[in-house]
Amino acid sequence: MTTNSRSATNRNAHRVWALVFVLLLVAPFIGVYPVFLMNALCFAIFACAFNLLLGYTGLLSFGHAAFMGSAAYVTGWLVRSAGWPPELGVVAGTLLAALLGLLVGLIGIRRQGIYFAMVTLAMAQMIYFVCLQLPFTGGEDGLQGVPRGTLLGVLPLSNDRVMYYVVLAIFVAVFFSIVRIVHSPYGQVLKAIRENEPRAISLGYAVDRYKLLAFVLSTAFAGLAGSVKTLVMGFATLSDVHWSLSGEVVLMTLLGGLGTFAGPAVGAVTIVGLQNMLADRVGSWVTVIIGATFVFCVIAFRKGIVGELLAWDQRRQR
Amino acid sequence: MTEIFGIPIQALLGQLLLGLVNGSFYAMLSLGLAVIFGLLGIVNFAHGALYMVGAYVAWGCLEWLGLNYWLALLVAPLIVGLLGALIERLFLKRLYQLDPLYGLLLTFGLALIIEGVFRDSFGSSGQQYPVPEVLQGATNLGFMILPNYRAWVIVASLGACFSTWFLIEKTSLGATLRAGTENPRLVQAFGINVPLMVTLTYAGGAALAGLAGVLAAPVIQLTPLMGSNLIIVVFAVVVIGGMGSIMGSILTGVLLGLLEGLTKVFYPEASNIVVFVIMVIVLVLRPAGLFGKEK
Repeated sequence: MTTNSRSATNRNAHRVWALVFVLLLVAPFIGVYPVFLMNALCFAIFACAFNLLLGYTGLLSFGHAAFMGSAAYVTGWLVRSAGWPPELGVVAGTLLAALLGLLVGLIGIRRQGIYFAMVTLAMAQMIYFVCLQLPFTGGEDGLQGVPRGTLLGVLPLSNDRVMYYVVLAIFVAVFFSIVRIVHSPYGQVLKAIRENEPRAISLGYAVDRYKLLAFVLSTAFAGLAGSVKTLVMGFATLSDVHWSLSGEVVLMTLLGGLGTFAGPAVGAVTIVGLQNMLADRVGSWVTVIIGATFVFCVIAFRKGIVGELLAWDQRRQR
Repeated sequence: MTEIFGIPIQALLGQLLLGLVNGSFYAMLSLGLAVIFGLLGIVNFAHGALYMVGAYVAWGCLEWLGLNYWLALLVAPLIVGLLGALIERLFLKRLYQLDPLYGLLLTFGLALIIEGVFRDSFGSSGQQYPVPEVLQGATNLGFMILPNYRAWVIVASLGACFSTWFLIEKTSLGATLRAGTENPRLVQAFGINVPLMVTLTYAGGAALAGLAGVLAAPVIQLTPLMGSNLIIVVFAVVVIGGMGSIMGSILTGVLLGLLEGLTKVFYPEASNIVVFVIMVIVLVLRPAGLFGKEK
C-alpha cells in the first residue's frame, strides 16, 4: 500500500530539500506566526512517527494519540509542578510513551491486521479514561500554565524564536533518525514484514520482535512530539489523548503520502494549517471537512501529495 | 433489607438490569459488525454513527412528523438501511480489492462527516426522547422494581439478535450468505447476484444499528457523539468475542454488559475501562477471542 521513494536521491529532490530547509530556517523572520509553526512541526514529528509504523511496517495503530497525550501530561506536570528543567521533562515524557508503547505493543501484536487497529484503539481509549480520572491531569480542564523554562539552563525558551529553532532541531533529528532506521538492515526487515509477513517468518525472522520494536520506537517519537507540544503551547488537554486525534494522524499521513519520508510532515502541516484557517470561518464544519478529506484520500488519492509528486516525477523522467 | 457484600440487593439488581440493557445494545451492534465483516471484510467504523442516526430519525419522526415510537421502530431502520445501501454503493464498493485497513479508514471518515453534520444541525448538548406511553411506569416484581421500558428494550433487542441468528444460521437465504462469506466467486458462479447480496448485507447491518438507536433513544441523552463513544467499546467486545460466530457476538455482548453493571456496583471508577481490561486478559490468554477461530 505504499510507493517507493527511491527517486528521492535524484538531484531535483536535493534542490527541493534545500529550499524547504532554508524556508524553515527563515520562516519566523518572514512573518509566519512562530507558535503556529511550532505546533505544526510537533504534529509533523507525530505523523512521521506514525508513518514509521503504518508506512514502513504495515501496522495501523488507531490509538497513537494516547502516547502523544500521556507524554504531554507527564512533561507538563513534571515541568510545572515538580519543577523539572524542560529537557528532563521531555526525556521523561518520551520514556513514558515508550513504556506505554511496550505494554500496548505486547498485547496488540498478538492480533494482526484489522484486529490490531481495533485493539490499539480500545487500549488507547482505556488510557484516555485513565487520563480523565487521574487527579494530576486536571480532568476536563486539562493541565494549564506549563512554563517553558530554560533549556540546559542556557537557552531561554520563553522567547518564541529560540523555542522555534529548538523545535526545528528536534524535528530534523527525528526526521533523519527515521530515514536512518528505514534504510538500516532492520528497516529492510520491517518492509519485508509489511510486504509479506508469512514469508518473513519463513525466512527465520522473529517477526513479533521486529514489530514490537517498531511500535516502541514509533510511540517514543509520538511521545516526544507530545512533550514538546506541551512546552510550546503551555498546556496539555484531553484532546491530546482523544481518539479523534488518533484518526487525524492517520489522515495527515495518508494525505501527505503513506510510506514516503516527507509525506507525513507535509500532511501534518496541511491539516494543521487547514484547521487553523477554517476554525474561525466554518466553525463546527471542520469535522465534516476533515471527514470528507479522509473519504477523498481513501477513494481517489491513496498515494498522497508527496506520493503523487514522486510518481509524476518518475513519469516525467521516463 | 437484604445485602450482598454490603451492597443492598436492590441496587445490585438495578445495576445488573442497566448492564443487561447496555449489553443488549453491545450485542446488536457487534452482531451487525460481525455480519458486515464476514461478507465485506470491512470493519465498519460508521456503525456508531448509524446507530446515532437511527436515534435521531426516531426523534425527528416524533418532533416534526408526529409519528409515534412504534412507527419510528419501523421507519428508522428502513432509513438507516437505505443510508447504508447508499454508502456501500457509492464508496465501499470501490475498496474490495484493497487492504481491509482502507475500509476502516473510509468508514471512519464517513462517521466524521455524519457526526459533523448532525452536530451542526442539532448542537452537541443533546435531545430527550420520551418513553412511549404504554411502556411508562414500572412493575414491582417483589424483589425489585422493573421499569417497563427497560424490560421491553431487553426483550426487543434480544429478539432482533435471535431473529438475525435464525435468518443467517437456519434459512436458505442465510446459507447463501454464509457461502458468500466463504467463497464469493463460487457463489457468483451459481448465479447468485453477489454484489446485490453485499449491498443488502451492509444495509441489513446498518438497519440493525438504526434499530438499536431507536430502542436506545428513550433511555439515553441523544447527542451526535453518542455513537462514537459506544463504538469503541463495541470494538473491544468484538475483539473479545472474535468475529467468527453470530451467537458468540450476542453472548459476549450481553455478558460484558452485565459485567460492566457489576463493576458499577463494586468499583465504579473502573466501570469505564472494565471491558478494555477484559479485552487485554482475553488477548493474553486466547488471542483469537472467546469464539474466534485461529487462522
